Amino acid sequence: MGGGEGHFMISGYLITILITILIYAMLAHSLNIITGHAGQISLGHAAFFGIGAYTSAMLYTEAGFPFWISVPLAAVVAGMVGVLLGIPCLRVRDDFLAITTMGINFVVEAIFLYIPFFGGAMGIGGINLPRWFGREMTKPEYFILILIVFSLLLLFDRQLGRSWIGLAWASIREDEQAAGAMGVDVVRFKVLAFILGSAIAGLAGGFYAHFLTFIMPQNFGFGQSIVVLCMVVFGGIGTRWGPIVGAVILGILPEISRPIMEYRILIYGVLLLAMMRFQPGGLLGSESILSKVFQRAFYLSSRSE
Amino acid sequence: MPLLEVAALSKEFDGLRALEGVSFTAKAGEILGIIGPNGAGKTTLFNLISGIYPPSSGEINFQGKSILRLKPHQISHLGIGRTFQIVRPFQNLNVETNVLVAFGHRFYPSLWKSTRPFQEHDILKEVQTLIERAGLRSYTRQLAKNLPLGFKKRLEIARALALDPRLLLLDEPSAGLRFEESTQLMDLVRQVRDQGIGVLLIEHNMPVVMDLCKRIVVLDHGAKIAEGSPEEIRSNPSVIQAYLGKEA
Repeated sequence: MGGGEGHFMISGYLITILITILIYAMLAHSLNIITGHAGQISLGHAAFFGIGAYTSAMLYTEAGFPFWISVPLAAVVAGMVGVLLGIPCLRVRDDFLAITTMGINFVVEAIFLYIPFFGGAMGIGGINLPRWFGREMTKPEYFILILIVFSLLLLFDRQLGRSWIGLAWASIREDEQAAGAMGVDVVRFKVLAFILGSAIAGLAGGFYAHFLTFIMPQNFGFGQSIVVLCMVVFGGIGTRWGPIVGAVILGILPEISRPIMEYRILIYGVLLLAMMRFQPGGLLGSESILSKVFQRAFYLSSRSE
Repeated sequence: MPLLEVAALSKEFDGLRALEGVSFTAKAGEILGIIGPNGAGKTTLFNLISGIYPPSSGEINFQGKSILRLKPHQISHLGIGRTFQIVRPFQNLNVETNVLVAFGHRFYPSLWKSTRPFQEHDILKEVQTLIERAGLRSYTRQLAKNLPLGFKKRLEIARALALDPRLLLLDEPSAGLRFEESTQLMDLVRQVRDQGIGVLLIEHNMPVVMDLCKRIVVLDHGAKIAEGSPEEIRSNPSVIQAYLGKEA
């Protein structure tokens, strides 16, 4: 392997992984709004990721919209579909919600697969990285763009967490009936979580489509939903950084070793079971070993002041 | 005008009559006792008033207006707070946050106002006052799930008071409590009454009811069988029969 060229290849490979992980982190973050903050289980989140990816791909390849318009519109469309599907969904009880969202995922994937308008099994190709200053963005530039957008979303998430909206979500997550009796409009705040979560998933989908340059229905199937849910649960459901940590660890694992890649779903499944048994709050959950260590460190340092 | 007016209220669950033609009124600054054997329909009555499910027939008027078509959060906004028979604090939130959730009823109706931060000095001060009134001062930062039952019940009352209610529905507040705990809780209920808030009190502990309430409504098998002062209720033959069975 030639030295200079090999080095260049590795950094290209690295940036590909970094962008992929970042997009997954954004996707996990968006699911965390619905499932972590508002406590509404969703087993079909990849559907909204797919709706965003297909919207921006179609707008870009068919309608000729530039990336800068097609990707924001992907978020808007995914958010709107999120409301449409969310309203009937949110009136059913927890266990039915899991099955309904799963069903939505299968339906959306089937629509992409069987309706020729969406490119069928071949998917859609010819989607490019965004252009700026008269040229196509490089991958590191694209990484920074997504990083900036994601950082803004995290800031927004922090503001929400400190607002009455965050409090209303927490009460719904804890006890819907008691929340209603305490003045929380349960349906409205659930729908709000569904809109935001779906829209951000759609945004992640737009970034994903323009990065992969071609998309297929299989990218947005039920398996993908479970992978994202694993990331959220593994890192710490309901925490701000947990889903990101989950996306980074579960995203890097298959890249480190080939066997992990081959048995990816099996390993994710085992990890999920182990977490449920030993650390149900996730790595960064409030009662996990890690956060106890952090709390201890914080306690000791604040005492020594 | 009575604070609450319930007229010919009935509720059927799949053909099973849980409540049948119940009527009564409640006044501000009064504790109205609701008693009756298990399964008499007392909690069903509370769930109807707080809008958890709609009645099969009948009327519920609060401050002269029907609240029949309203959802639970709308009813709480009008000024009806409640506690639950089996306590339902937000277990994984601390005492302060539990009370804050109910305090937010001033903000939830407007999405814009809901985006404002809740950690505001004036708000936290008001919340702290409510927590102190409920005797939970040293537990402000404790998670609700770590509190003993008596404190959970007081937390539920503090939370309901954060709604700034005109009417408070208390579902068996003294059940499962030790004597001293129950006494403390009843002192709190008296304070609430003296503040001019109407209280509906479901209670199995007869000495407590007889002591606190000037007026008592007795339910049995979903129907109202008696209403009156503690003395009248104590000597009412149908009440004695409902509690002791036909042999008595």
